[in-house]
Amino acid sequence: MRPFTYERATDAASAVKAVSDNPNARFLAGGTNLLDLMKLEIEHPTHLVDVGRLPLAAIEETADGGLRIGAMATNSLVAADPRVRARYPVLAQAIIHGGSPQLRNKATVGGNLMQRTRCAYFYDTTKPCNKRQPGAGCSALEGLNRNAAILGASEHCIATNPSDMSVALTALGAGVEAMTATGAVRALTVADLHLAPGDTPHIETALSAGELITAVTLPPAPTGGQVYRKARDRASYAGGLAMVAVAGGQIALGGVAYKPWRALKAEAALAAGQTPAAAAEAELADARDSGRNAFKIALTTRLTVAAIAQAQGGKS
Amino acid sequence: MKTTMTVNGQASTLDLDPRTTLLDALREHLNLKGSKKGCDHGQCGACTVLVNGVRINSCLSLAVMHDGDAVTTIEGLGVVGALHPLQEAFLKQDAFQCGYCTPGQICSAAGMLKELADNWPSQETADLTAAIVATDAEIRERMSGNICRCSAYPQILAAIRDVVGAVA
Ligand SMILES: Cc1cc2nc3c(=O)[nH]c(=O)nc-3n(C[C@H](O)[C@H](O)[C@H](O)COP(=O)(O)OP(=O)(O)OC[C@H]3O[C@@H](n4cnc5c(N)ncnc54)[C@H](O)[C@@H]3O)c2cc1C
Ligand code: SF4
Ligand code: FES
Ligand code: FES
Repeated sequence: MRPFTYERATDAASAVKAVSDNPNARFLAGGTNLLDLMKLEIEHPTHLVDVGRLPLAAIEETADGGLRIGAMATNSLVAADPRVRARYPVLAQAIIHGGSPQLRNKATVGGNLMQRTRCAYFYDTTKPCNKRQPGAGCSALEGLNRNAAILGASEHCIATNPSDMSVALTALGAGVEAMTATGAVRALTVADLHLAPGDTPHIETALSAGELITAVTLPPAPTGGQVYRKARDRASYAGGLAMVAVAGGQIALGGVAYKPWRALKAEAALAAGQTPAAAAEAELADARDSGRNAFKIALTTRLTVAAIAQAQGGKS
Repeated sequence: MKTTMTVNGQASTLDLDPRTTLLDALREHLNLKGSKKGCDHGQCGACTVLVNGVRINSCLSLAVMHDGDAVTTIEGLGVVGALHPLQEAFLKQDAFQCGYCTPGQICSAAGMLKELADNWPSQETADLTAAIVATDAEIRERMSGNICRCSAYPQILAAIRDVVGAVA
């Protein structure tokens, strides 16, 4: 790890100021992604602003009958919350399908949303990667791309977003509240948080430098069954190859793109009375593979069909 | 940077480079060599300790993040002559071979007992709104953040079962 200075933030506004004023500063929440990347010298901030203890961890009812979850709430505490378990089981399920208990005890909602890709070449500093080094080239295009994107990729980057939690948040139509450099809080959606790679894969989110996620907001849960399914190489403690979250008629896919992918075409097909199979096929009609990840198109299709059927009360 | 933690019941103030992980602070600065560095990347669980009673990977945390915290390592869980019930059970069930993963396994199991008591769910929990039943599948899943290269998993499960008790 390269040297850095450390401060523990006392309030959100000064944390935002400290990071906005210094292009080499980063927020530190649970640290489970950032410190890993700093050890590998993929990230090398010179200053860390620890936001982990800011009083932004509460889970509260909102006026519209939803929930507002503070960005510093740990993944474990969100999954354990009785209101989340009763009203948003797909969110609790998604969280407990990610990482290990130890990681979830440390990981925060904000950090989980902002975690970076697990692309093997992003992690290998001896290989070209446009996300690490703009213009260097993408090693995954012709390389080990078994877990690469099948939707929304570009010729400059085919990396996927590895988060489980955000797939459920996307299916639930969750919002994000973020504090900007002026101290104002603005609202965006989880679905719009991540930017398509295009020719700038190093620019990953709609947040400006120093903007702090303060909360995630859940609208009232849609009516209908909720299901989370994750396909991976081991039964536990392994990142996903394909994930599907269903909340009533709302569907999101994970592990398939640079962001948690709201499956609007599948939703429209279902709403028009089509079968789960037709809905899954409608969504994945645009899917493109890069070779080793070709199996993910069939895998995601089947997992989507199974998850929809399960949510509709049928057999999986 | 000055950092004060209560480690195994004793207050310690260390002057640390901010890069020092909690694991390195425990092992290299406090000479508590029980917690192990298996991977240093959150992938094995050998470094598991309890911070304010909650199990975490000490390799993915900076010591300076724990200023004011209470940390419990395997050395603080029990001592010779007054072992923690989990330590006794691991001995009785021969729940290790090389022993490298064992401190992490036991600290993790201690954290898991509290999570079970608090009715936290796992991916094995069929009904998220019911009381958790500590089945073998539940315990295995809840211990999946601790890898054992010697594959002592059946004995680890048996040791934890001894402490959790049989389920109806
Ligand atoms: C071995 C291993 C396995 C894993 N497996 C899975 C898995 O299966 N599924 C899964 O979903 N995840 C998995 N993860 C990733 C894990 O979920 C993330 O590391 C974690 O959620 C990050 O949260 P954190 O609070 O620790 O973030 P940090 O590491 O503290 O921060 C991550 C990034 O977010 C930024 N950030 C943090 N908080 C905010 C905020 N409030 N506003 C703006 N920016 C912020 C930081 O600056 C940093 O860039 C795994 C991790 C490991 C190490
Ligand atoms: S897919 Fe993206 S992250 Fe992976 S090597 Fe290519 S540019 Fe880098
Ligand atoms: S050493 Fe910390 S998880 Fe492996
Ligand atoms: S006893 Fe050897 S690694 Fe577990």
